[in-house]
Amino acid sequence: MFYFALRLLSVVCTLLLTVALLPDASAKEMVKLAFIGPLTGGVSANGLGGRNAVDLAVRLRNADPKAKYQYELVALDDECKPNIGVQVATKAASDNGIVAGVTHYCSTVAMATVDVYHKFGLPVVVWGAVLPDITYANDYKEVHRVNGTMINQNETAAKFMTGLKYKRWVIIHDTTDYGKGHNKYFSEFVTKNGGEILGTFGVTADQQDFSAELTKIKELKPEVIYFGGITPLGVRIRTQMDKLGVKAVFEGTSGIVSDAYIEGLGPLAEGTLAFREGAPVEKLPGGKFFIEQYNAQKYSDPPEAYGAFAYAAAILVIDAVENVGPDRKKVRAELNKTADHQSVVGVITFDDHRQNAVPLITKFVVQDGKWIVWEDSEYAKGKRKLVRS
Amino acid sequence: MDLGLLGQYAFNGLMLGVVYAMVAVGFTLFFGVLDVIKFSHGDVLTVGAFTGLVTYLGLSAAGVTLHPALAAAAMIVAMLLMALLGAGIARFLVLPLRAAPPINVLLITLMTGTVLRESIRLFYPSGANPKPFPHLLPTDSLSLGSFTLRYDNAILLILGLASIVVIHLIVTRTRLGLAIRAVAQDGETAQIMGINFQAVVLITFALGSALAALAGVTAGLYYNEINFGMGLLLGVIGFSAAVVGGLGNLYGAIIGGFLFAGLQTLGAAWFSVPAYKDVFSFAVVIVLMTWKPSGLIAERSAERV
Repeated sequence: MFYFALRLLSVVCTLLLTVALLPDASAKEMVKLAFIGPLTGGVSANGLGGRNAVDLAVRLRNADPKAKYQYELVALDDECKPNIGVQVATKAASDNGIVAGVTHYCSTVAMATVDVYHKFGLPVVVWGAVLPDITYANDYKEVHRVNGTMINQNETAAKFMTGLKYKRWVIIHDTTDYGKGHNKYFSEFVTKNGGEILGTFGVTADQQDFSAELTKIKELKPEVIYFGGITPLGVRIRTQMDKLGVKAVFEGTSGIVSDAYIEGLGPLAEGTLAFREGAPVEKLPGGKFFIEQYNAQKYSDPPEAYGAFAYAAAILVIDAVENVGPDRKKVRAELNKTADHQSVVGVITFDDHRQNAVPLITKFVVQDGKWIVWEDSEYAKGKRKLVRS
Repeated sequence: MDLGLLGQYAFNGLMLGVVYAMVAVGFTLFFGVLDVIKFSHGDVLTVGAFTGLVTYLGLSAAGVTLHPALAAAAMIVAMLLMALLGAGIARFLVLPLRAAPPINVLLITLMTGTVLRESIRLFYPSGANPKPFPHLLPTDSLSLGSFTLRYDNAILLILGLASIVVIHLIVTRTRLGLAIRAVAQDGETAQIMGINFQAVVLITFALGSALAALAGVTAGLYYNEINFGMGLLLGVIGFSAAVVGGLGNLYGAIIGGFLFAGLQTLGAAWFSVPAYKDVFSFAVVIVLMTWKPSGLIAERSAERV
């Protein structure tokens, strides 16, 4: 009898528990999205800005009563290192609950992980990496990109700089795929436009001391030093240029368009030039909305240069899930056919390699501790002059 | 190439060399007294550099604005604390393993180094990012043709050279140095002669580690940036320099340090791809070691058990 009572009790308890644990009928199905970017390391400022922007997209959609699903963000840190990137990409891709991803700022990492996404069939949208090969070297239906490639930005850079009557360049680039790509495209376009390259210096991405290279450069007397690489190395090279008395215009790429570059250099950043695809956030069609919403969340880090692209990528992914449901294959097909999608960075249309065509390249110059659009700067108006050696 | 540029190359090489030599001297001191290789040396340098930065941040938050004073304080605090850390590592990790095979000491210090490095990465606020190190020395410069000499670099070079000279004088001219040399030659006999073996070992480790701390702060002031991994390559280079020069020999370490810096500068100046400079300098080091396995200046007592 006692045992019977005990069994009855346990059955009742189980029933009660089951009822308690049953989901509320009105609650929406939970859908997980991955964000991958450099959250620590030298370029973490960009990664954190991107993470926050994606988080913002998720929050706004969760607050929307009309949304069909509830979204959860899984943010992973690739440390801007290809090996770590492959690890976290595999982690995200092998989690069946994750439907799609917004991935990578660093080109070397994005390049290393495309195979993983393809193998596991996880659709991803690249939000910041600019190496053309990420979308063009393979025909992986899983890989999309909302930001432009380094081809466009270097073409504009070369035309613009030769237009300013600069003739003699020295190129420093890091020896990753990213740096080598910049070197390749810039060299090609600058010589085509009549510029002369006096020397090309490949340096390792974690190099500390550039005094020997810069002394050699000093001997070559370039008018412009072109740097193909990302912020930490850019800060080091610009600092050491000053120490060795190398007087030349410092021209970077989208890799140094970040607040961290200015913070790292202080007044020395003045007059640095750089180029990035897309218009500056404030001038984008949805830029005002994006900045207002971003600031309203009181994130501790700024959105940085690629935050708006990360936000647009997240919205693209979320919209696809809303349209076809949380199924990787269907989301992939939906993303593939993206055309004339209105976003904060403008209209997104993917070509046959799922690459967004971003025709506009913006020229930036550092003026009084801020990245200013060239046309709005005192340099363009002739009030200030870039150094000439 | 004109004379100014030659001077610039020479100065760059000297600056690198003095930092390498400071690290190499530590390796050689430790090997001298205990016949051990302490692989956490590079990371002690990193911790020293961060200690310097924290000292600076603390003092400037407390309202100190005089730059030379801040620089001096950063150096002194870093050196004192790293001397303690070095002595601590010797007392609790190296000395207890005296009877164990040398490979154990090598391993335990290698792991200590990893712990130090990762601790900075994980526990220092956003420690994975490179930290800007303040300009604390005068940044005016002197230009002679194409040679630019910044006062801060000159001060750092002189300071580094002076510190090596001081260590040299301590080892060769003082009673403490005599004790160190006695222990280095034969620990047991030194003990019989009334030398406090443990004290001498601890002081030696403290000296070497203080020098590493100074090298760390110097690197910070020179590059205006420090990061948690800076000690790794400096440690390897310092160690190679000490070995090439002849482990256990003070002059050897100094020569090794400057030799390595010279090779790097030469490599960077020669090759069209400067990234090859490390490959070049390490390759030359390998050749040198096959030519003179016990270092350029070999220890006189060949008997080592």
